[in-house]
Amino acid sequence: MSNLEIRDLHVSVETEQGTKQILKGVDLSIGEGETHAIMGPNGSGKSTLAYAIAGHPKYTVESGSVKLDGEEVLTMTVDERARAGLFLAMQYPVEIPGVSVSNFLRTAKTAIDGAAPPIRGWIKDLDSSMSQLRMDKSFRERNVNEGFSGGEKKRNEILQLELLKPKFAVLDETDSGLDVDALKIVSEGVNRAKANTGLGILLITHYNRILKYIQPDFVHVFVAGKVVEQGGPELAVRLENEGYDRFLSNVNVGS
Amino acid sequence: MSAAPTANTGLIETDQHGMKAHSDGGDAYVPVQSRAERFTSTSVDDFEKVTGFELEWKLTPISRIAALTEGELDGSAPATALPEGVAGVAASWVDRSDARIGTAGAPEERASANAWSSFEKALAIDVSGEELHEYRVIRSELGQTPRAAHTVITAAPFSQGLVILSNSGDAQLSENVEIVVGDQAQLTVVTVQEWTDESNHLASHFARVGRDARLRHIVISLGGGVVRVNPSIHLVETGADGSAFGAYFADAGQHLEQRVYIDHVAAQTKSRVKYKGALQGATARSVWVGDVLIGPHATGTDSYEENRNLVLSEGPRADSIPNLEIETGDIQGAGHASSTGRFDDEQLFYLQSRGIPEDEARRLVVRGFLAEIVAQIGSEQVESELSAAIEAELTRAQGI
Ligand SMILES: Nc1ncnc2c1ncn2[C@@H]1O[C@H](COP(=O)(O)OP(=O)(O)OP(=O)(O)O)[C@@H](O)[C@H]1O
Ligand SMILES: [Mg+2]
Repeated sequence: MSNLEIRDLHVSVETEQGTKQILKGVDLSIGEGETHAIMGPNGSGKSTLAYAIAGHPKYTVESGSVKLDGEEVLTMTVDERARAGLFLAMQYPVEIPGVSVSNFLRTAKTAIDGAAPPIRGWIKDLDSSMSQLRMDKSFRERNVNEGFSGGEKKRNEILQLELLKPKFAVLDETDSGLDVDALKIVSEGVNRAKANTGLGILLITHYNRILKYIQPDFVHVFVAGKVVEQGGPELAVRLENEGYDRFLSNVNVGS
Repeated sequence: MSAAPTANTGLIETDQHGMKAHSDGGDAYVPVQSRAERFTSTSVDDFEKVTGFELEWKLTPISRIAALTEGELDGSAPATALPEGVAGVAASWVDRSDARIGTAGAPEERASANAWSSFEKALAIDVSGEELHEYRVIRSELGQTPRAAHTVITAAPFSQGLVILSNSGDAQLSENVEIVVGDQAQLTVVTVQEWTDESNHLASHFARVGRDARLRHIVISLGGGVVRVNPSIHLVETGADGSAFGAYFADAGQHLEQRVYIDHVAAQTKSRVKYKGALQGATARSVWVGDVLIGPHATGTDSYEENRNLVLSEGPRADSIPNLEIETGDIQGAGHASSTGRFDDEQLFYLQSRGIPEDEARRLVVRGFLAEIVAQIGSEQVESELSAAIEAELTRAQGI
C-alpha cells in the first residue's frame, strides 16, 4: 500500500519584507486510494502546502519531511518528484507558448514512464480521456493552456492526471471557476483515476460542492499554516455553514 | 534617391527638423535624424568608409565584415538553384538596365551600395499566379569569395506567392533584395540563414507594398558569423499591409542583427512587426532595431512592433531598440514592446512538475518560443526543416 506522510512541515517564502513563515508544522498522512479534503480560509497556506510538496523553488522548506512510500521527497528535484508518483493540479495552470498539448503530454508521459508510450495505445488513451472530459480534439494542437478558459485549464489538468497516472495528487481548487456541468465532468475524471490506479488525493477546496462528487474520507481544517481539526465528510458541511470563525479567534488571516 | 546634401551616413545630425521622436518605453531611444531623411544612393562612392561610429554601424562588428563594406565584390551571378515548373512564378537573370531594378528602394549604407555598384546580373522573380505556390531559391555554394547579389521579386496585381530564399554553406555576401507587391497582391518572402560559422552576410531588403496589398516578410537567422538582414517596408498605397517577422538563435561568436524599418506613407496602412531571438553563450550577440515611421499622410494607420529575447546563459548581449516616429495626429494605433529576459520559472516549474527533466523543459520552452515565428512561414517542408535546425542548435548549446 502506497502512502504519503507529511511530518511537521515548516515552509517559508522570501518577501520584500523579509522571510515569511507560512506553514507552521503540517502533519498529514494519506493512504492509497484515500481522499483527504483540506479546507481553510484564504491565505492560510493551502497552495503553499501544495507547491512545497511539488517542489516549487519559491518556497523554502525550513524543517519537516514529506515521504512517499518511505522515500524522502523533499530532497528530490521537481521532475523527480513527479516521476516518483506525485502530481499537482494547479490552482492557476501555466501557459506555455508554442508547445502543443499533444507534444507536451507525450513528452511528459515519456518522461514519467521512462520510455515513449506505444503510439497506438497512446492515441487511444488520449482520445478517450479527452472525450470523457468533453475536450474537443482541437485542443491537442493548441498551445498548453494558452487562451484556455478557466474551466478548460482545469480540465487539462485532470487530463494530465488521468494520463500520467500518479500515486498521489494534490488538487488545488480544481473546482473553482467550474460551472455545474464542468464540475461533474472533472469530478468524474478524478474518480476514474482513483478507481483505475488507487490514486490518493489531497483535495484543496473552499466549497462542499465538489465533495458531493468526490467523496472525501477525511476533512482537515487548515488555519494559519497548519491543520487545526480533522473529521469526516460532516465537517465539510459544518464548515460551509459556519465558516472558520471558531478557529480564527486567536489568529489573523495570513499572519 | 532622396535629396540629401552630401554623403552623410557617417554624420550624426542633431537637429530633428521638427520631427517628433516618439517613444513610450523607458529604453527606447530618440532618433537623431528622422528615418525619412536618411541619405540614399546606389553608388558605393557616395558613402564614406565605414568607421563604426555611424548610427547604422555602431552596433555591428565592422572589422569582421570589412571585405563586404570596403572590398571589391565579385558581381557575377551567384550559384543559385531555382525550382522548375512552379505554376505562376517565373525567374530569370537580367541585366543592370532592367526596368524592375531600383523600383523598390535604394541603399542607405555602404555595404548595400557596394553590392549595388558591383552586381552584374540580377535575379528577377516574377509572381503572377492567382493561386498560392511556393518558390524556393537555394544558395548553398557561394564559397568564401566576397560577392554581391541582387534580387528583384515582383508580385503582379492580384497575385499570390510564397518566395523562400534558403541560404546555407559558406558565403561572404552583400546583397540587395527588392520586393514590389502590386495592388491587392499577397506575397510572403522568407529568407533563411543557415550559413557556416565562417560566413558573413549583409542584406538589405526594400519592399514597396501597393494598394490593399499584403506583404509578409520573414527572416530566420540561425547560422553565420555576422548576419545582418535589414528589411525596409514602404507602405506606399492606401490599405497596404506589411508584417515583418523574425526568429534568430545566436550562439557563441555569432552576431545576428536585424534593422527593420516600416514606413507608413499612405493612409489606412497596417503593420505588425514581431521578432523573437534566443541567445546562448557568452559571446553571442543580437541586435534588433525597429524603426516605424508614420508619415504626415498616413492617417488611420495601425502599427505595432515587438521584440522578445530569451537569454539562455550568462553573458550574451541582446540590443533591442524600438523607435517610433509619428507625424500625423490621426492614427488608429501605434505601439511597441520589447523585452529581454531569462527563462520563465513558472513555465519550467510546470513542465518539470509533469516529470520532464529540467534540460528538456528548457528546450521545449525555447523551441516553443521560436516556433511561433516559424509557423508563420506557411510551408510545411521549410517549417519542419527549421524546427529540426532549431532542435540541433538547442542540442549543441551546452547546459540548456
Ligand atoms: N511569493 C510570495 N510572496 C509573499 N507572500 C506570499 C508568497 N506566496 C505566498 N504568500 C503568502 O502566504 C500566505 C499563504 O498563501 P497561499 O497561497 O498558500 O494561501 P491559500 O491558502 O492557498 O489561499 P487561497 O485560499 O486564497 O488560495 C498568504 O498570506 C500569501 O500572501
Ligand atoms: Mg490557494
